[in-house]
Amino acid sequence: MSALAIHSGPLGYDGQTVLQPVSLDIQAGEQLILLGKSGCGKSTLLNHIYTENRKECALIPQGLGLVDRLSVFHNIYMGRLSHYGLLHNLRNLVMPAAARVDEILPLLERLGLSDKCFATVADLSGGQRQRVAVARALYQGASVLLADEPVSALDGPEADRVMSLLNQHFNTAVITLHDVERALRYGQRIIAIQHGEVVLDEPAKRLSVNTLNAFY
Amino acid sequence: MRFTNTMDRPAYRWPRGVRIALWFLLIALACIPFTDLEISSLDPWIDLSRLLRGFMAPQLMQPSLVIEALLATLAFAFAGVGLAVVCGFVLALAFNNPVMRGFCALLRSIHELFWALIFLQFFGLHPLTGLLAIAVPYAGVFARMFAEILDQVPKQPEQTLPADTGYLSALLYTRLPLAWPHLVSYTSYRLECGIRSSAILGFVGLPTLGYYLESSFSQGYYPEVAALLILFYLLVASKKLWLRRWTFPVFIVGSPFFMGEGMPIIWGNVWRFFSQDIVPAPLRGSDASWQSLIDWFTHILIDQALPGVWNTLILSQVALAVTGLFALSLFPLISRHCFSPAGRLPGHLFLVIARSTPEYLLAYILLQLLGPSMLPAVIALAIHNGALIGYLTGRHSNEIQLRHDAPRRRLDRYCYELLPRTYPAFLSFMLYRWEVIMRETAILGVLGIQTIGFFVDSAIQEIRFDVALLLILIAAMMNIFVDLIARRVQRSFIG
Repeated sequence: MSALAIHSGPLGYDGQTVLQPVSLDIQAGEQLILLGKSGCGKSTLLNHIYTENRKECALIPQGLGLVDRLSVFHNIYMGRLSHYGLLHNLRNLVMPAAARVDEILPLLERLGLSDKCFATVADLSGGQRQRVAVARALYQGASVLLADEPVSALDGPEADRVMSLLNQHFNTAVITLHDVERALRYGQRIIAIQHGEVVLDEPAKRLSVNTLNAFY
Repeated sequence: MRFTNTMDRPAYRWPRGVRIALWFLLIALACIPFTDLEISSLDPWIDLSRLLRGFMAPQLMQPSLVIEALLATLAFAFAGVGLAVVCGFVLALAFNNPVMRGFCALLRSIHELFWALIFLQFFGLHPLTGLLAIAVPYAGVFARMFAEILDQVPKQPEQTLPADTGYLSALLYTRLPLAWPHLVSYTSYRLECGIRSSAILGFVGLPTLGYYLESSFSQGYYPEVAALLILFYLLVASKKLWLRRWTFPVFIVGSPFFMGEGMPIIWGNVWRFFSQDIVPAPLRGSDASWQSLIDWFTHILIDQALPGVWNTLILSQVALAVTGLFALSLFPLISRHCFSPAGRLPGHLFLVIARSTPEYLLAYILLQLLGPSMLPAVIALAIHNGALIGYLTGRHSNEIQLRHDAPRRRLDRYCYELLPRTYPAFLSFMLYRWEVIMRETAILGVLGIQTIGFFVDSAIQEIRFDVALLLILIAAMMNIFVDLIARRVQRSFIG
């Protein structure tokens, strides 16, 4: 069964085409990794998928999309703003609901942020901020994950922990990465983009680090 | 290599920003022959020296009265700005609607003193008059600024929210907290303006500082004038000390108790104002005809609106140019690239005093000293606005990091480093201030200079509110028009 079907026209901005038309069927349960040099059009494609399929998707944008002045808790809670009514959202903004805190604390623990629940996001390091954005996506409970370089600010073991967490949580995902080895470890299907075109679309099993390095 | 042929030499063209400023300067020069800049008082120095001597030996009138006046000044400012923030925020959320934008532009294009004159007609000297006179135009100002601030917030947080997130939830969790620091700092700046506006409302009879200033001044009690002014400066300069996060709600809640009793509202007057007073005179009788309405209208247009608009235009263009020159020569005084911290102190002191004195008050004092002409108005507008823009530009220049081998001579440094780098900011402050200067110029007419405010004031004295309202609306249109031009120039400069 196909979870997402993408048939885009040429994509770009300011009248400049960044990405040629793309046709993709993403199966439910498929973990897809997008590879390519920076500026090749990965983020453009990801944003296109998101705007076309907002309902099913949770997004971790490259800029993270955090609200600096609010706490870690509130930023993560935002993943479910649409689940709750306005009154609950208001009340939770002023005085966090115990039930919501209990839901979010285990997530923080798994991401190594348990002592930061009510810290202001502005006070966090780059790696910590990235994990907050990951937690927000996990909390949202959407069926598909769209993530743009979700572990770029994390060191090796930390990055692997976060990647496998995302892997367990979302059985369908489109993730951009620039680390070839990690792409092979977590992806079932790899797509490479070069000069604004999809140049490779293969199951990860058939690929090796050397073949993929050619695209960098 | 030397160019032997002038044909080969590339031509230098002044940058766009400089050309814009030169046009403004040329227009101002062209206006000067039509501007009455005469000093008509016999000996301005006598009064000036008496006023200065008053500052040497200031004398408080009854302290309890003064404290009451200061508290009333603060009370009107806080309550008025507080109400305006709430209304302005709600309006800002609907700012995408062109009708709403026009409505807000109308609210803010009418000066708070004009609003006070309008509300006086039906509420009388009631605290509501002062409260609304500040709240109504400020709500229009807040609506525009809040809408702009909320617009400039990073979009990504809102985009990552789940689909179907409610409008208010999204606002409260993303846009509002993202915009919060900017909203707070703008509100705090506006509060300072509110204190000035509130002080000025005393000139139309409300129990704020202006009331006592005018009465002391008109009786020639200069030591009292000096004492009141010094207290006012201390109040504004110490704002950081008494205005804290926790004192703000206290001030807001407490303000209604310090606005004075005023006179009771006579509701019959309110009804009469709308049903009779502001209805154009020819339409009030039973024999109303289109012809009489057109005659009435052309009569006002030719005899009052045209001369008023003309004088307002030329006076504000001259004042704008002088303001700019003044600001450009003042800002180095507080720039860290020009003077040591100790050397900047006098500049800071002068700029604080000059920018916290409302132009209306300055014009009032200068009119007494120099006699009636446009000169006091030009000086007053230039001192207040020039000091404000000089302060903003100076602060901007302090954020600049100069290279280590920057020119050593101060004038070189000013011309080659500071001026070019701060110029875009300076120009946008000026363009933003253009409309403010025009609005103030119009209101200075109440003091007797023949700008449009003069004709509004005379119409009110003759109890012809229909005429007054028509003239106020014409002044408002003029301000909206200038604001549109200023924004167009601004865009052409950035683009």
